[in-house]
Amino acid sequence: MYPSPFRYHRARSLKEAASLLSELGEGSKALAGGQSLIPLMKLRLVSLSDLVDLNFIPGVSAIEQKDNQIHIGALARHADLEKSQTTAPIPIIHDCASGIADVQIRSRGTIGGSLAEADPSGDWPCVLLTLPVELRCVGPKGERTVPISKFFVDAYTSVMEHDELLSGIIVKLPPPHSGGAYLAFKRSPPVYPTASAAVQLTLEGDVCKDVGIALGCVGLTTIKAVQAEQQLRGKSIDQKSITRAAEAAMAEADPQTDMRGSIDYKRTLVRALVKRATEVAVRRARGEKVEVSHYYA
Amino acid sequence: MRDQIPLVPIEVKVNGKSHKLEVEPRMLLVELLRDGLGLTGTHIGCDTTYCGACTVLLNGNPVKSCTVFAVQADQGEIMTVEGLAKDGQLHPLQSAFSEQHALQCGYCTPGMLMSSYSLLSKSPSVTDKDIVKGIAGNVCRCTGYQNIVKAIQLAAQQTKGR
Repeated sequence: MYPSPFRYHRARSLKEAASLLSELGEGSKALAGGQSLIPLMKLRLVSLSDLVDLNFIPGVSAIEQKDNQIHIGALARHADLEKSQTTAPIPIIHDCASGIADVQIRSRGTIGGSLAEADPSGDWPCVLLTLPVELRCVGPKGERTVPISKFFVDAYTSVMEHDELLSGIIVKLPPPHSGGAYLAFKRSPPVYPTASAAVQLTLEGDVCKDVGIALGCVGLTTIKAVQAEQQLRGKSIDQKSITRAAEAAMAEADPQTDMRGSIDYKRTLVRALVKRATEVAVRRARGEKVEVSHYYA
Repeated sequence: MRDQIPLVPIEVKVNGKSHKLEVEPRMLLVELLRDGLGLTGTHIGCDTTYCGACTVLLNGNPVKSCTVFAVQADQGEIMTVEGLAKDGQLHPLQSAFSEQHALQCGYCTPGMLMSSYSLLSKSPSVTDKDIVKGIAGNVCRCTGYQNIVKAIQLAAQQTKGR
């Protein structure tokens, strides 16, 4: 299958790419990993006059720790994050990176592309919404920083303008006694999950000092499950409070019936995923090493 | 519209051989390999980033060549299934696939071989679970995968033994 014809531009910097997008107008788009965009172009769901390739820009995929922050270049591939030792203090990042689609897609797909696409079924939006994250955006007029809580506006829509690009993701390192887990339930590796849940929390003894819970694939945007968080924040962590949080998350989910399952099925899945992710997050916060990633049906 | 689209000059190294070409921007890497260079070992299966039959290595990493534009491979090194056998000798993975009956119709085999080659080149010490994860992006509709896993494990043992 061929996409409809387009002109190809190779940007040498993000700033140049942003200026090109600005000049070329609405018919143009930036190409990062291309693992969502290229299939959409081939199916002719997207037709472009111009494509601006970001893949030859040097120095935009580094993963580095600076003071108490981890800086992730927007063009870092899922495979780079899967292998990274720098992100080891935040195991939820590895859970996500190692389970996205399959090996081949992880070789190409980028964290910045996944966020900029703002797909409610995307894995990175769900995980990063539970962490203190700031997103750096570059436009022809300059840079701005957006907290992730303000980034997603609607399905496939972020606050970025047509000529803005993500340059980096800044994650503040969580305090001691923190842990998180991301679980996504999929029918097979290359497909989007049926539902996913991310939980990141900080303990003080048996009390949950702080918590972030997010749900993927069960709404028009990724859902920050604030009611579920309230069932845990400031409360003692035990089976009862975890069950209450999972049930609150189930009620906050707003799924549609589709080929992946019915509304009831997806809500039930959300309850199980939040419960299991919270249990793993607690064990990790207590210093245990636990390996989890996506589940396959 | 098509007439006004400028061709893009690219240079790629495929299985060790350099090629200078001019391509239409929308040409996919798999089409460059098959139609441009006559390397028809790489198959087009689903053409929608699912089945992995078109898997090749681009700069050492496995990619689905139906989901990479040829222009993106510029200055890159590509290895296809044709690059596995050396001097008329099958690669140990290819022999193991044959011995273990790891293929029936053979359509998925080029992609399976490239994914497993990539897996074993990172480390020949692999568990069955590692293998399953390594070939998760390759669909086989004939074998049920058991013999493929066995073949990759056999090739891994042989690679380690050498």
